[in-house]
Amino acid sequence: MKTTMTVNGQVRSLDLDTRTTLLDALREHLDLKGSKKGCDQGQCGACTVLVNGTRINACLSLAVMHDGDEILTIEGLADGENLHPLQQAFLTEDAFQCGYCTPGQICSAVGMLQEVAAGLPSQETESLTGPISLTDAEIRERLSGNICRCSAYPQILAAVRRVAGATQ
Amino acid sequence: MKPFTYERASDVASAIQAVSQTPGARYLAGGTNLLDLMKLEIETPTHLVDVSRLPLATIEASAEGGVRLGAMTRNSQVAAHPDIRARYPALVQAIVSGGSGQLRNKATTAGNLMQRTRCSFFYDTAKPCNKRQPGSGCSALGSLSRANAIFGASEACVATHPSDMAVALVALDAQIETLRPDGTSRSLAVADLHRLPGTSPETESELAADELITSVNLPPPAPGGQLYRKVRARASYVGGLASVAVAGGRLVLGAVALKPWRAETAEAALASGASRTEAAMAELAQAQDPDQNAGKIALVRRLLGAVLDETNTGRGA
Amino acid sequence: MSSVKDWAAPNPITENRSGLIGKSVDRYEGRLKVTGTAPYAYEVEPPAPPAYGQMVTATIARGRITHIETQAAEQSPGVLAVWTHLNVPPQARRGERLNPRSQRPANPALASDRVEFYGQTVAFILADTLENARAAAEKVEITYAAETAVVDFLASLDQGELPPGEEDVHIGDFPKAFAASQVTVDETYFSPIQNHVQMEPCATTAWWDGDKVTVHTSIQMVKGGQHALAETLAIPSDRVHLITRYIGGGFGGKGQAYDDLTLAALAARAVGRPVKVAYTRQQMFHGTIHRPAVQMRVRLGANADGRLNAFALEAITHCARHATFTEHAANFSRNLYAAPNRLTGHRLVRMDIPHAGAMRAPGEAPGMLSLECAMDELAEKLGLDPIELRLRNEPDVDPETGKPFSVRQLEQCLHEGSQRFGWSRRNPKPGQVRDGRWLVGMGMAAAIRGNFLLPAKAGLRITADGVLTLTQGMTDIGTGTYTILAQITAETLGVPLEQVRVELGDSDMPPAPGSGGQFGAATAGSAAYETGMVMRRTLADLATGDPRSPLYGADPTLVSFANGNIALDNQTETLAALVARSQPEGVYVEGSISPAADARDYSQHTYGAHFAEVGVDVVTGEVRMRKMFGVFAAGRILNGKTARSQVTGGMIWGVGTALTEANTIDPRFGSFANQDLGTYLVPVHADIVDLDAIFLDEADDKANPMGIKGVGELGICGAGAAVANAIYNACGVRLRDYPMTPDKVLEGLMAKGL
Repeated sequence: MKTTMTVNGQVRSLDLDTRTTLLDALREHLDLKGSKKGCDQGQCGACTVLVNGTRINACLSLAVMHDGDEILTIEGLADGENLHPLQQAFLTEDAFQCGYCTPGQICSAVGMLQEVAAGLPSQETESLTGPISLTDAEIRERLSGNICRCSAYPQILAAVRRVAGATQ
Repeated sequence: MKPFTYERASDVASAIQAVSQTPGARYLAGGTNLLDLMKLEIETPTHLVDVSRLPLATIEASAEGGVRLGAMTRNSQVAAHPDIRARYPALVQAIVSGGSGQLRNKATTAGNLMQRTRCSFFYDTAKPCNKRQPGSGCSALGSLSRANAIFGASEACVATHPSDMAVALVALDAQIETLRPDGTSRSLAVADLHRLPGTSPETESELAADELITSVNLPPPAPGGQLYRKVRARASYVGGLASVAVAGGRLVLGAVALKPWRAETAEAALASGASRTEAAMAELAQAQDPDQNAGKIALVRRLLGAVLDETNTGRGA
Repeated sequence: MSSVKDWAAPNPITENRSGLIGKSVDRYEGRLKVTGTAPYAYEVEPPAPPAYGQMVTATIARGRITHIETQAAEQSPGVLAVWTHLNVPPQARRGERLNPRSQRPANPALASDRVEFYGQTVAFILADTLENARAAAEKVEITYAAETAVVDFLASLDQGELPPGEEDVHIGDFPKAFAASQVTVDETYFSPIQNHVQMEPCATTAWWDGDKVTVHTSIQMVKGGQHALAETLAIPSDRVHLITRYIGGGFGGKGQAYDDLTLAALAARAVGRPVKVAYTRQQMFHGTIHRPAVQMRVRLGANADGRLNAFALEAITHCARHATFTEHAANFSRNLYAAPNRLTGHRLVRMDIPHAGAMRAPGEAPGMLSLECAMDELAEKLGLDPIELRLRNEPDVDPETGKPFSVRQLEQCLHEGSQRFGWSRRNPKPGQVRDGRWLVGMGMAAAIRGNFLLPAKAGLRITADGVLTLTQGMTDIGTGTYTILAQITAETLGVPLEQVRVELGDSDMPPAPGSGGQFGAATAGSAAYETGMVMRRTLADLATGDPRSPLYGADPTLVSFANGNIALDNQTETLAALVARSQPEGVYVEGSISPAADARDYSQHTYGAHFAEVGVDVVTGEVRMRKMFGVFAAGRILNGKTARSQVTGGMIWGVGTALTEANTIDPRFGSFANQDLGTYLVPVHADIVDLDAIFLDEADDKANPMGIKGVGELGICGAGAAVANAIYNACGVRLRDYPMTPDKVLEGLMAKGL
């Protein structure tokens, strides 16, 4: 089935099996292997990408569902040689070990910070009617959809904090 | 996955016609549950009608003073809406306690209601399951009991419904609105949407296969405290061991039955002047298999009592 | 053979003139990982479009395949091959070794009609696309003749036998001493089956070039994988080129080759094109190894002053009937606390379940869950602070062997941790601290983990541009190997870090044992250091023997290496200039490390202390972490940042151990109850609150020339026990059955009338 997506700013046209997930389309058809397959069932977050600016699990979406969408993957975050601030912060804070969950963590963090700015609450949000304060508890909860078995969580928190600034 | 064809619906009417007229067709919304099940060939649709982009994604005030959630609103969109946050905090709490940020961005209001049980035997296609294969037996019977239903279960199925959101919606007395191939619509309480397993656990809802949910309507919130509390083994990104929603005096339990379980016995007890503890005990006195489910029954009783205290619902002990 | 005395002399690492040793430099391969451009095994670009393999697994625990219906799968779209035991290409028999020096024997896939465990590979599909392969796999219909299987560990505890070649260790007269002790603890603890759940499922990409196969696979041991595949295919190992550059987590679970490797290689040969094979997440649970369950009885007998008089730890564990493995849960205790009368030993139950194997800190990880709680229980009975109890039982020499410790800073870890964590805030009486609906408590535990040095080699090349490239058949599973090898090489040769390249994970490179047993950094690093020293001597000879060098004629033993230069007094030139002029094709040397002959004259370990604070929901029994702090002593630290990450990661594994991680065999099927990440629960980000760790200054000159030791496993050792002890302190519920899930805690709360 013909599907056209804008991936990391480039228009990509594919003729895909309807069964191909967005994740497999990226990895097996578009040579974008940064998005990882950790569970293929939405239980780990390693496949997190941004679709039209929103983070989702690419493994639980069919590629054909994204005809006309804008996809941003880990490969599209850096500006040439200049790393995205979150990529740099992950490097500086040692917020990964094996690196397999890392692209998902970083994409998730990008989406998460936008969600906070847009006022999306989490279960750690103190007041549902007031503004959201980006506490450590908020960051931890909002990134809980990305499992890191190496367990770099304290370092990931520090990396996100480095970019997001001190608690408001 | 078994091969299937795919179409993106252009409007509501043609989506319904497509599902109605194509054997083996299914609606596809966010896909976060359906695609997972398709990968395991637990679901094997031959045609998918993608309704996720239909113009059903708005949140607006209803004529009755409540809020109308389009069926294709995303879970995160609902949780972020100022009216929902201000007037239906239990719904927000329920939504944000389910899944992950990524899943909530994709999952829709209607899809959340229509998701299927996470019973591990339903997911393990090597094991008997009456839901997957009617008549094959229930492997969950006699297994680790923590995940099993304590209300409304049958010999055929002891699974529970996994939705957090639905539990709050029942407490908020929400109604769904559907559209059928003949063009008629109907309204149904979320409380009446899901079926208990009985002898045919494969049939899970009151909806016909081609009946499309178009909206979920929240009436104005009843006076009284609201709260959703979920108990779980880890702090996030996991199904609940039990949950409770309280809103305007309605008490609903989650992860205890194949549908959100309205604690009517407890409500009645409170109405007749019983204390919170007594009401919780009265409800749980009706739980099934009290020996095997002792731990879960105790948990739900304590949880219900605590949430009643916290929302100051009914009379103290 | 060398002696530890040879390691005592100052050397470039211990002198650390440019300060690279210990420096928290960023990960060498970090940029690739944060940009998603580090190719893991399934992501390597093969020379031609690949075919996709999919495994089909058994759904009985033991028996025989009587029929496999493959026709529907064969006719499924895009299918290139369907293999079962009836038509799989020939392989060597299991256990065969063509080459007696092979580290691993043959391990054929689909070898026979026998099913030995649930989840064993029983068929294999090869198709043109992943989707077609997976769909066809669903169409294979298998009929079995099931046989009675032993799958219930708790029902089989009395079937335990001594592990092969082992005896219990008796010192003094334990029964008599225990009976005479004034204060005793006699409790049984249970640690369940746990799964590694590395984020990257095992995967292989394979292709053939003539009679030589190239395999990119996710494995911790390069040589082991190469030899296993060569033996299985019955070809010489030099015809297997195994590459494993990036590995998405190992933790011991990728210490061996699995069927993805074998089947990818066989299939690529059969169809004459590259093949990719990966386990699904669900298949990983049964198809790869797990940490077995262990039941541990601990008996402690103390005098009233808290000194242990009698100590026993007896562990019963299990393994697969045909794959011997012993979780040595009692071993660590032989080196930990003083007690004149001692008994330790293991029993092994053989069962018809998936293979047990090594998982992060095998032995210590489950073992310390028992003893470190028993010590907490004893401390309470004695009315002693649990730290004080441990201090009173610090041995002067190894309590079992009498050997001196190389260095032992357990006391310092306990003191430092107590201070920094704020242990004095703890109310020794349980159940006294309330914060809203939470009961709050603190617990601690000691940590110990052995230190090892294995033989290893490395290669080092310097090119005319002055760039040094270290090559080693070593792996980096996220531990930081690339980074520390670069630091060691740069410091040894006195060059800036940017002038060093590190290439790992290739069977063509000088061999190293791989990642495991927390021996990686010390072993691979020492080989890198020795190789750097060979390069120094080679370059010194080159310069002093070259009439065009300013160092010509000087004593090569006196030259120094710093800032990218080779120098003597004020005569100096850059390494680049030297090589470009004297040997423009570059200089390549190899070096190696071997254990010192007298290293085992010392009791050598890494140590630590864990401190945890938890909240227990008094209504629901939910446990949430509030704070955790660890202090560790593990020799010289090569990189403060990556070492800290290793131990904090290990501590978080301890949190999972204590609170959520468990698998159980469903006795009706012989299968694991949890087969995905929604039911096998590892910690998520929200579970980990305020967790940190530090290292004490240390150098262990008995360990290796650099005085370093491993840190990869130390962090998990004892961590779970600290959490369990905190739960007890919070609410007075003493659980001995891990993990401490809400249902168990709630049962305990209710039993106490809470």
